[in-house]
Parts: sequence; C-alpha cells; structure tokens
Amino acid sequence: MIVFLVSLFMVVQYYVPLDSWAWMYQYLIDWTIIIGVFALLLGIWSLWRVNFNKIKQRAENWEYAVITLAGLLIMMIVGFVPGWGNLNNYVYEHFFYYILVPIQATMFSLLAFFISSAAFRAFRARSLLATLLLFAGLVIMIRFVPMGQVSSYISDLSGWILRVPNLAAKRAIIIGIGLGAIATAFKIMFGIERAYLGRD
Amino acid sequence: MEDGATVELLWTTLAVFLTLATFSFLYKDNPFYKFAEHLVVGVGAGYFVVLLVLTSLKPKLYDPVLAGEWWYLIPGILGMMMWMRFSKKLSWVSRYPIAFYIGTSGVAIPLYMYNNINRQLSSTLDLSFGFGSMTEVWSIFIVIGVLTGLMYFFFSKEHKGSFGGAAKVGIYVLMIGFGASFGYTVMARVSLFVQRIAFLEEWKDMLIRYFS
Amino acid sequence: MNIFDKMVALDRRWVFLFLFVVVALAYFLRNHFTVDIVTTREVRSIYNFVENLEPGDKLLISFDYDPSSLAELHPMSRAIITQCYKRKVKVIGVTLSQYGAGMVEEIFREIGDVAEQEYGREIVYGEDYCFIGYRPYPAFVILGMGENFRVFFPRDYYDTPLDDLPIMKGVKNYDDVKAVLAITSGTTADFWVIYGNARYNMPLALGVTGVMATDYYPYLGNALFGLIGGWKGAAEYEKLVGRPDKATAGMPAQVAAHLTIVLFIVIGNIGYLLSRKTKKKLG
Repeated sequence: MIVFLVSLFMVVQYYVPLDSWAWMYQYLIDWTIIIGVFALLLGIWSLWRVNFNKIKQRAENWEYAVITLAGLLIMMIVGFVPGWGNLNNYVYEHFFYYILVPIQATMFSLLAFFISSAAFRAFRARSLLATLLLFAGLVIMIRFVPMGQVSSYISDLSGWILRVPNLAAKRAIIIGIGLGAIATAFKIMFGIERAYLGRD
Repeated sequence: MEDGATVELLWTTLAVFLTLATFSFLYKDNPFYKFAEHLVVGVGAGYFVVLLVLTSLKPKLYDPVLAGEWWYLIPGILGMMMWMRFSKKLSWVSRYPIAFYIGTSGVAIPLYMYNNINRQLSSTLDLSFGFGSMTEVWSIFIVIGVLTGLMYFFFSKEHKGSFGGAAKVGIYVLMIGFGASFGYTVMARVSLFVQRIAFLEEWKDMLIRYFS
Repeated sequence: MNIFDKMVALDRRWVFLFLFVVVALAYFLRNHFTVDIVTTREVRSIYNFVENLEPGDKLLISFDYDPSSLAELHPMSRAIITQCYKRKVKVIGVTLSQYGAGMVEEIFREIGDVAEQEYGREIVYGEDYCFIGYRPYPAFVILGMGENFRVFFPRDYYDTPLDDLPIMKGVKNYDDVKAVLAITSGTTADFWVIYGNARYNMPLALGVTGVMATDYYPYLGNALFGLIGGWKGAAEYEKLVGRPDKATAGMPAQVAAHLTIVLFIVIGNIGYLLSRKTKKKLG
C-alpha cells in the first residue's frame, strides 16, 4: 500500500505539477536521501562484521582482514575527531590521493591486459555476425592510427559506424529497456512484484 | 632538500609501491597484491563513511533537528528501521522504509516513458539527423535499424518467415553496434594503463629532481 | 598445430609483457611522433557552446567519477575548466560520485594555478568557481537540484552557506545556469539524461568513458547537445582549447596499444582460418 500510494503520487505530480503539493514532492525526495544514507551505512556495518568475524575465527587470510579494518578505522578516526580538520585532515586527504587513487586506478588498468589476452584467444570471425562485430571493432580501433590518406577514409567510416548503425542498435536497446523498466515498475507499484521486500 | 619535497616524495613512493603491487597480479596472485586489495577496500570504505556522515547526515538530519525542524526525525527513524534488516526477529520492520524508498522511485515511470520511448521514437523519425551529405538516406537506415533491432528482441513470436528475416537484419545492426562498443572499450582500458605509465614517469622525474 | 595456434596457446603472461613493453616504450618515446587528432562534431558542439558564452555566464559541471576513470575523465575536465577560466565563464562544481570530491578539488586547484600563470588572472573561490559538494543517490539529487540547489546543498563542501557565495547569487536551479556538463563514469549519465534533461529540459552535454560512449549516441540531437567520449574525446577537446595536455601526450601510446591488439586479433584469426582449412581437408 505504501509503495502504491507514494509511487502514484510521484507519477501524478509529474503530469499535474501543482504548486500546492510541490512541498510534498520536495520533502519526499529529501527524506529518501536521508533513509538512503542509513542504508549505505548498513553496508559499512556489514563490511565491519564480515572482516571482524574473519579475524575472530582466524579464517583463511584473516591477516588481510586486519588491514581492511585498520584502513577503515584510521580514516574514520581522522575524519570524525572534532578539531582535526574533518574532510581537510592531512591523513584523510593523503590516504585518498596516495593510497586509494593509485590502487583503484591500477586495478582497473589491469583490464587492458585482460582484454588484449581475451581478444588474442577468443575473438574469431567464426560466422557472419562475429565478422561484422570484428570489422566494426577494428575500424573503431584503428581510426586514429596515422596511415596517410587512408586515415581520413577510416575516420569517415568510423564516424558513419558510430552515428548510423551503432545509433540504431543502441536506440533499439534503449527503447527495449524503457519498455521493460516501465512494465517492471508497474508490477512493483501494483504489488505483483514483491521480491524487493525480501523473504516472508 | 626541503622537508616538503621529501615528504611528497615519500608519499609518491608509497603510491608507486602500491601501483606496482597491484600490477604484480598480472604475474600471479601474491601477498603484495592481496595487501593492496584489502587496504583499498578499508580506506575506501572509511573515506566514504566520513564523507557520507559529514556531508549528508549532519546537514540533512542532525543540523535541522537541532534547529527545531523536528519533522526530519521521521526519515531518521525510518532510516534506523532499515538497520533492523540484520535482526531475525525484527527484520520485518525494515520493509516500511524500503517500501517508502521504492515508492519514491515511481518518479521514474513517466520519465522513462518520455525519455526512453517517446523521445527516442520521435528522434528516430526525424530524418534531418543522419550522417554526412546523404542525411535522409542514412536516417532511413536508422529507422530500419531501430525497427529490426526491436523485432529481434521480440521473443513472443517465432523468428520465421519475413519476421525472421527482419529480426536477422536487426541482429546484424546490433552486432555492428557491439563491435563499435568493443573498439571504444579497448581504448578505454588502454587509457587507464597509459595513465599509470605516465604516473610512474612522473615519479621517476621527481626522483631525478630530488637527487640532483 | 600451426605456428599461429602455438602463439595463441602461449602463457598469457607473455601477452601481458609484450603489451606492457610496447605501451611503455611508445609512451616514453612520445615526443618522437605525433598523432593527428581529428575533431568530431559531437565534441566541437560542446566547445563552441562554451566559446559562445559571455563572461560571467554560469555553467554547472558535475564531476561524477572516481579514480578508476581518472585517466579518461580528468583530462576532459581539465580542458573544459581551462576553457571556462579563459572565457571568464563561472563554474559551479558538484559531484554525485562518492570519490569525486577529491578529484574535483585537485582539478580546481591545478587549473587555478594554470590560469594565473597563463592568463594572468587570479581565480577566486566563491566568485569564479565554487564546489557545492557531494550527496548520495544521484537520481534524487538531480531531481532536487531541479527545484532548488539549496534543497540538498544548503552549504558548500567547505561548509559555507550557499547564499554567502557571490557566484550563487540569483542561482536557484537549472534555469539559472546556461547548461549542465556532466563528466561521468557510471549510471549517473543515465540519471542526468532521464531525471535531469527529460524532467527539466536544461541544455545537457556529457563527458563519458570510452566504455559508455557508444551508448549515448541515440541521445545526441534530443537530450544532449554534445558528447565527449573517452580519451580520444579528451584529446580532441585539448586540441580545440589549444592546450595539449595528458590526453594528447598519451595518444602515441594509445596507437601502439591498439596496433598491438589488432595484431593479436589478426594472428589469432589467421591461425583459426588455417586450422579450419586443415580440418576441412582432413574431412
């Protein structure tokens, strides 16, 4: 009932944006953020619990759980203690720039190697469909390789691929996703779909 | 050498060590990589908690309630009800804030309808948006591509006969789209790696400047 | 097994090493060859939009990315802010990504120094730019900012009330900025299009990672007036701004990496075709 009433209000206020209920709309989205913050903190509590239990039970690789919790605690202490600068705290900022940034950036850069290895081993022109995919991919990849006059033809071809067949394909996917999302949203609104509430 | 330069060099060297520790995963999983992996999870979570509490919870809940806007206690209580999720006896209490949250997401229904369907269909039929000098020709190609692509995803009818033929055209168009995505993805992944090489070069230059 | 199949069967760590060496060498030798960057319509339209703004006009730039997309999105952010400072366009910064705050501070600080050195003007916080901070749940924040920025951001990131910042005078919501430029690496791009532009119809342009770029072409001409896609898009923007920076510097290495991967694909396919031919012969 709560889901139905609240979502009905949100749909109606879009089509009938009266000033008299604009305040309700603002409060609803404002309150949603506050509730959402508690949900995010729940995730942090879950991280703490899992790693703490790992240390308590001396599970496999429990030593690394100590590192995780140490990182978490240090950041929370330097960030929360009043008078230590909070978001401008030296340790808080430096841990972000010199620990978080390099590790996260490097972890994602590993994907360059995995994609090249995967392309080497698995990307084959086994069928017409695979050949089309391969051809389009190769044109996009070599579009900025300097090859004299050929480069301008490749550049035009890649522009055509992006603005014509790629656009058509992605638009079809967007429309399909939109139809599916609206159908699912109505199912949730009318209580047909209740998986989000968890088990009874 | 100034203390500031020394400290900056030490921090940057730590970053380089962590970068190389993460790269070591390419050889095989090892304690250095595991150390970096677990450290980033902890530091990232800690960074996020502090940011969340100081920039969201404090100005949106704590400060208004202290200023007398007591109605903000309602979302605060709803939020704390969310924490009952972990209790076996009281987990049903968390359904109310979840229901409220899902309800407000209903704002997406008219927006998805307008953006993903109405606007996309009207743009498809706009023959002035195409490519190069043969704009109208390519615009018609886009119309055919979108229709046949949608037909491919319609699984309630068997892909036979003319419908099957149209769906086949659709999958060809989709494959070109996926190929374009693959090409861009390669560029994206490689750029992340190039940036790391650039960072290592900056550290090398910093070392040379420091010791010269 | 032909030679190509043997190469494919090699331990993948040799492939990693080969790629590492090629890209590193190409980067270190980058000054020895240039890559001609051809600008595209979708990037030029953003550049031209900012060029046509008057000094004092305001842009909302949303930096919704984290360190994992630093390589692609930092250069485009830097190029856009450089252009804004050059044109005396005021920038209101916001982030909807949990690790975006650190990224934003770094950019404003760096480009502020550049502007002082190259354009001879002092960039003042609160007058030339401001950073209003981070809030979670981007969809709702975007909706809220469409009503009033102060709904979710009563104070900026440094705890100054928004009304105390000269740049925020007369700025209530999207109607009071010339456009929104969202530089984003995740689903936030969809949120800007759906919850931002579809609801409030403000001019919107996106800067996205290469992985996502192809997905936003359908929005060009309706929801978006421009799109900067990945590292190459950033290099194009640097060329337009006239300030080659990290994206341009990395293009030779990009070319080398792409050629290497194309070579891998070609070798793999030659091996596959030869094996198929042999299997057909043997029946």
